[in-house]
Amino acid sequence: MLSIQNLSLIRNGNEILHNISLEVNEGGIHVILGPNGAGKSTLAYVLMGIGGFTPSSGRILFNGEDITNKSIFERAKRGITLGWQEPARFEGLSIEEYLSLGMREKDEREIKKALTMVNLNPERYLKRKVDEALSGGERKRVEFAAIITMKPKLAILDEPDSGIDFVSLDDLLGVMKSLKHQNITLLIITHREEVARIGDRASLMCDGFIVKDSEPWEVTKYFRKVCATCPTEKYSIEGIERKE
Amino acid sequence: MVKAYELAGGDPGSLASLNTASMVVEGNNVLSLNAIDGVILEKEKTKTGIRAKIVIKEGKKIEEPIHLCFGVLPKKGLQEIIMRIVAKKNSKASILAHCTFPNAVAVKHIMDAEVSIEENAHLSYDEVHFHGPYGGIEVVPKSRITVDQGGRLKTSFALTTERVGKLDIDYDVAAQKDSLVEISTKVYGRKDDRIKIRERVALNGERARSVIRTRIAVRDEAVSEITSITEGNAAYARGHVDCTEIVQGNGSAKAIPIATVNNEKAKITHEAAIGCVNKKQLETLIAHGLNEDKAIDVIIKGMLK
Repeated sequence: MLSIQNLSLIRNGNEILHNISLEVNEGGIHVILGPNGAGKSTLAYVLMGIGGFTPSSGRILFNGEDITNKSIFERAKRGITLGWQEPARFEGLSIEEYLSLGMREKDEREIKKALTMVNLNPERYLKRKVDEALSGGERKRVEFAAIITMKPKLAILDEPDSGIDFVSLDDLLGVMKSLKHQNITLLIITHREEVARIGDRASLMCDGFIVKDSEPWEVTKYFRKVCATCPTEKYSIEGIERKE
Repeated sequence: MVKAYELAGGDPGSLASLNTASMVVEGNNVLSLNAIDGVILEKEKTKTGIRAKIVIKEGKKIEEPIHLCFGVLPKKGLQEIIMRIVAKKNSKASILAHCTFPNAVAVKHIMDAEVSIEENAHLSYDEVHFHGPYGGIEVVPKSRITVDQGGRLKTSFALTTERVGKLDIDYDVAAQKDSLVEISTKVYGRKDDRIKIRERVALNGERARSVIRTRIAVRDEAVSEITSITEGNAAYARGHVDCTEIVQGNGSAKAIPIATVNNEKAKITHEAAIGCVNKKQLETLIAHGLNEDKAIDVIIKGMLK
C-alpha cells in the first residue's frame, strides 16, 4: 500500500532521514519503533506532506501512485491521515463538530459510537470543545475517535500512547487493533515496546536510519538489547555505516 | 424591524412575550416596551434617538433575559442611544441586546451608556450586531461601568457576520472589592472595515478580578486596533488580558495590551497572538480532508463562536 523508497530529508543543513526504504502492507499494522530523537515523527510528517518536510531525495508511493510532491490535502483525499503526537486544540469547535469534519456525511450515531469506542461518554463529551480544557489524554482519545469516523485507508499515528494513562493503554491498543478490522491500515510510531507488539510488522529506527525491519517480537528484542543500552550516539549499529 | 431583529440573531418570540422585559427602538421611535415585575424601563424620545433607563430592583432575580433591540432600517440615518443601567444591590439579571442595521449605507449608531452594578449584584450584558452587507455604517459604543463590592459583570460583544463598517468601542470599567469583570469581544472584519476597540478595567478594590478576552479576524483590507488596559490598583487584584487576532489577505491588526500595577500584591497577566492561522491547526484539518479555505473558515468561525 505504502512504499517508501530511498527517502532522505535534509533540514537546516542536517540530514535527518537517511535513505529510508520501507513497505507498509494494506490492512496491517506496521510499527516504527525507536528511541526519542530517532526521526520517527519527522518521517510521519514527511509521509503526510507537512510543510517544511519535503524529502530531499527518494519517493513515496501510495497504492502505486507517486505522492512525493502531493500536498497534505491531496494525500488526505487519497485516504491518508495523521494522528499527531500532540494534536492541535480548537477554540469554539465542539467534539461533535470536529468529528463530523472528516466524515462524508455527518452521522451522529457513528460519532457517538466512535466516542464510546475510545472510552469517552458521548453524553458528556459531544458538546465539549476541542480546546485547552481537555486533558492531553482526552484530546488524544478525541483524535482516535476522529480517525474512526474519518475511515481513512492509512492512518499514521504518531506516539498514540503519549498522554494515555497506564490503565487505559490496553483499551487503546484494543481500539487500534479494531481499526485494522475496519480496513484501516495503521502506521504506528512509538518508542514503547508494548505498543510495538500489536504490530504485524515492525521497523526499528535510530538516528534517521531504519536499522531493522522484521517481526515485532524480533524488533522489540533487538530494541531492548541494543538501543536500551546504547551508550552514545556513536554506537555502531550493525549494517549501517555511520556518518561522523 | 422584527425581520431585522431576526437577522441579528434575535428571537421575535421573546419580544412578544409579556413575561419578558423588552424594548424595541427603530431610529428614535420606541416601537414597543414591556416592563415586568422587578424591572423598571423608562424611555424618552430625543431628536436623534432615545434616552433610556433600565433599573433592576434591589434583590430581584430576573429569570428571563431582558431583550433590547436597536436599529435603523433606512439606508441613511443617525441613532443615538443614551442609556443608564442600574443593577441594584443583590439583584441578578441578564440583558440581551441586538443591534441591527441591515440596509446601512450611511448610518451612524452611537451608544453612550452608564452602568452601575451595585453591591453583590450580577449583570450580564450580551450584545450582538448585524450591520448588513454594504459597510456603510459607523458604530460608536461607549460605556462607563462601575462594579461595586462583590458585584459581577459579564459582557460580550459579537459582530461576526456580514460587514463591520467602522466600529469604535470604548469601555471603561471600575471594579471594587471582591468584584468580578469578564469582557469578551468578537469581531470579523472584511473589505475596508475599520475596527478600533479600547477596553479598560481598573481593579480598584482588594481581590477584584477581571478577564478581557478579545478575538478578532481581519481579511481583505480590513484593519483592527485593540487596546486592552488592566490596572491592578489594590492588593490581590488579579487581571488577565487575552487577545487573539487572525490576519488574512491584506488585513492588518494591532494589539496593544497595557498592564499597570500600582500595588505590590496585585498581579496582571496578558497574552496576545497576532498573525496568520495557526499552522498546526490548519494542517490538522487538512489532514482530515478539508481544503485550505474550508479549514481556515472552520478555525476562524470556531474562534469567533
